[in-house]
Amino acid sequence: MKKIDAKGVHFKELNENIRQALADGKTKITLNNVNGQYYIGTGLKGKDITINIEGVPGNDMAAFMDGPTIHVSGNAQDNISNTMNSGKVLVEGHAGDVLGYGMRGGRLFVRGDVGYRVGIHMKGQKRNMPVIISGGMAGDFFGEYMAGGVLILLGLNAKKGESIVGDYLGTGMHGGEIYIRGEVDIERCGAEVGIDDPDEHDLKTLEKYISEFCKDFSLDVKDIMKKPFKKLIPVSSRPYGNLYAY
Amino acid sequence: MFKSQALPEFLASIDTNKCIRCKRCIQNCGWSVYSWGGDRVQIDTQKCVRCLRCYHYCPVEAIEIKENDTRYRANANWSFYNIRNLKRQAETGGIPLTGMGCDLPYPILFDNLLLDACQVTNPSIDPLREPMELRTFLGKKPAKLTIKKDANGKPKLKTKLTPQIELAAPFIFSPMSFGSISLNAQKILAMTAKERGILMNTGEGGLHEDLYPYRTNVMVQVASGRFGVNPQYLNAGVAVEIKIGQGAKPGIGGHLPGEKIPLEVAKTRMIPTGTDALSPAPQHDIYSIEDLRQLIYALKEATEYKKPISVKIATVHNVAAIASGIVRAGADIVYLDGFRGGTGAAPAIIRDHMGIPIEHALAAVDDRLREEGIRNEASIVAAGGIRSAGDAAKAIALGADAVAIGTAALITMGCTVCGKCYTGNCSWGITTQRPELTARLDPEVYGERLSNLIRAWEHELMEILGALGVNAVESLRGSRERLRGIGLDSQMLDILGVKPAGR
Repeated sequence: MKKIDAKGVHFKELNENIRQALADGKTKITLNNVNGQYYIGTGLKGKDITINIEGVPGNDMAAFMDGPTIHVSGNAQDNISNTMNSGKVLVEGHAGDVLGYGMRGGRLFVRGDVGYRVGIHMKGQKRNMPVIISGGMAGDFFGEYMAGGVLILLGLNAKKGESIVGDYLGTGMHGGEIYIRGEVDIERCGAEVGIDDPDEHDLKTLEKYISEFCKDFSLDVKDIMKKPFKKLIPVSSRPYGNLYAY
Repeated sequence: MFKSQALPEFLASIDTNKCIRCKRCIQNCGWSVYSWGGDRVQIDTQKCVRCLRCYHYCPVEAIEIKENDTRYRANANWSFYNIRNLKRQAETGGIPLTGMGCDLPYPILFDNLLLDACQVTNPSIDPLREPMELRTFLGKKPAKLTIKKDANGKPKLKTKLTPQIELAAPFIFSPMSFGSISLNAQKILAMTAKERGILMNTGEGGLHEDLYPYRTNVMVQVASGRFGVNPQYLNAGVAVEIKIGQGAKPGIGGHLPGEKIPLEVAKTRMIPTGTDALSPAPQHDIYSIEDLRQLIYALKEATEYKKPISVKIATVHNVAAIASGIVRAGADIVYLDGFRGGTGAAPAIIRDHMGIPIEHALAAVDDRLREEGIRNEASIVAAGGIRSAGDAAKAIALGADAVAIGTAALITMGCTVCGKCYTGNCSWGITTQRPELTARLDPEVYGERLSNLIRAWEHELMEILGALGVNAVESLRGSRERLRGIGLDSQMLDILGVKPAGR
């Protein structure tokens, strides 16, 4: 276990220190006193790398990341897991806007709330299926332009009758799946989205992902699965197919 | 059957006396203009785009493709294309799409600029017999160089240089994605780039595994759809480009129609087969110069500061201020795409009415960066309407470090600028993904043609430099004293920073 003190260290130096520690053969790194430094874990490759972050990491954490696991003990900021390829990001607190932009694989689990435009442009293929789960609530444009992958919103802290998701849900969606725990108002959805009840197969997949989430955050999966989910999928693979005069 | 009131643009005809019924026209036409009628070839001329594939492959020259003489009544205000577009819109309710660059008769300032030459008082150089340097380095240049002497008294460069791309000549290929063009077309660009020591750009469609052997001559692109972007991809090429805008469609995003997304393209882009690939205009993580800086440095971190980062924008009214912001945000290369730049698909209304020409933009950006003392911080690539080595030389004299060509390169592959790239039916196998069409484009054969073009432009540029009496392309860069304007008013001359001919 390598400890790096991030206090007052510029992101460029901090990330150089991390890369140096990895080059020295250290695979478990703890960063103390992190205070908004950008790009932690950005571009890092390697499945056996684990980074623990004490403090609040800055924007673009785990961008283009390929393999490592990052654990954030508190809150995190914007653009986490930007175009991430594989690996895992766990955030114990809340996280900001534009999380998992164009994410291509791996996991982004946020225990608390997430901001606007989460999971936009997500991609996915059979062997590379990115999954984002937020235990709290989400802002507008959740899953915008989504082309693949799985987005799950649990709303565990929601008050009764409160919507756990913002407006323009899944706008421009043309692939992938969004699961929302509880009811979804169609008025909140983009025109490209259809609301459905998950079938048996969906529920199995859902339980698999949520079990992983619950294990990571010591939550009770049965408790969470008690409440029914809604499944959101694109109504058309070509939402704008008729827009043009050829 | 409902007959469209939109008149056919072209009339395809076959001289039945000459025709030997070999059916090659039927086989070659990607638009299904021709079909077999039992004893002769039948023609659906409404579908003809005059790409001339059939004409070239007719062994007996029986085919003729003429302009349709049947026109709407001549009207100086309501042109044929105005009326035709209205008819099409009335019939479909859609947005007319188009391909290639703007074809309307806006002024082309390259044609109003003339280069200088040496006579008597300053000697010109014969490029055939004297050394002539075309090598160009793209990337951030230091404001000053510090040199120290080593133990043996030999001078050593102390200043640490940021990464540079070395080009054998100041030409690169503009970004054209796998999807918008065929893999064979991309291979031709990559092979030529490698052979001539220049660059091709993946565009926003990922890097197909077949192109990895050419990675030393590839620039990879990241745009709003993030298609094909992974760590391997970012580190595959010699530079990474962030695409903000495209000259043909400033302010709007990419839209690759589902017809052009078969399995291979879908796999490379990581999206479902047959859906429309959407890369919207806004990158939702970039709302400001500060946000752009964040992505630039995310890419620098992901590539460990080993690769220059380019930012591509469409030239719009405030391009000089925007370019200044881009340079200050940390970009190593600013790629300016003028409004005449080509596209695989754009709404005609956008292509034909938005942005400004590259000539104005280039002069304005170069001026602004010089005034602010940051011109050395980034290289400028000029694109959008470069048709010849003459245009390239003029662009360099206006301030560009290198020029990018797209349409010119496609023309060597058979393209006739028919402008129907968005349909995915390109009979030349360039802007299509239909396997029977793409198979026509032999990378070996057409790679040689494109290499020929670049070699010819290299020679032409050397001739121009020789006539100007300089022996390196660097000496022409930003040297507007070697340009004169013809037929331009004083304000235009002022914007371009050139004197009128005769002064």
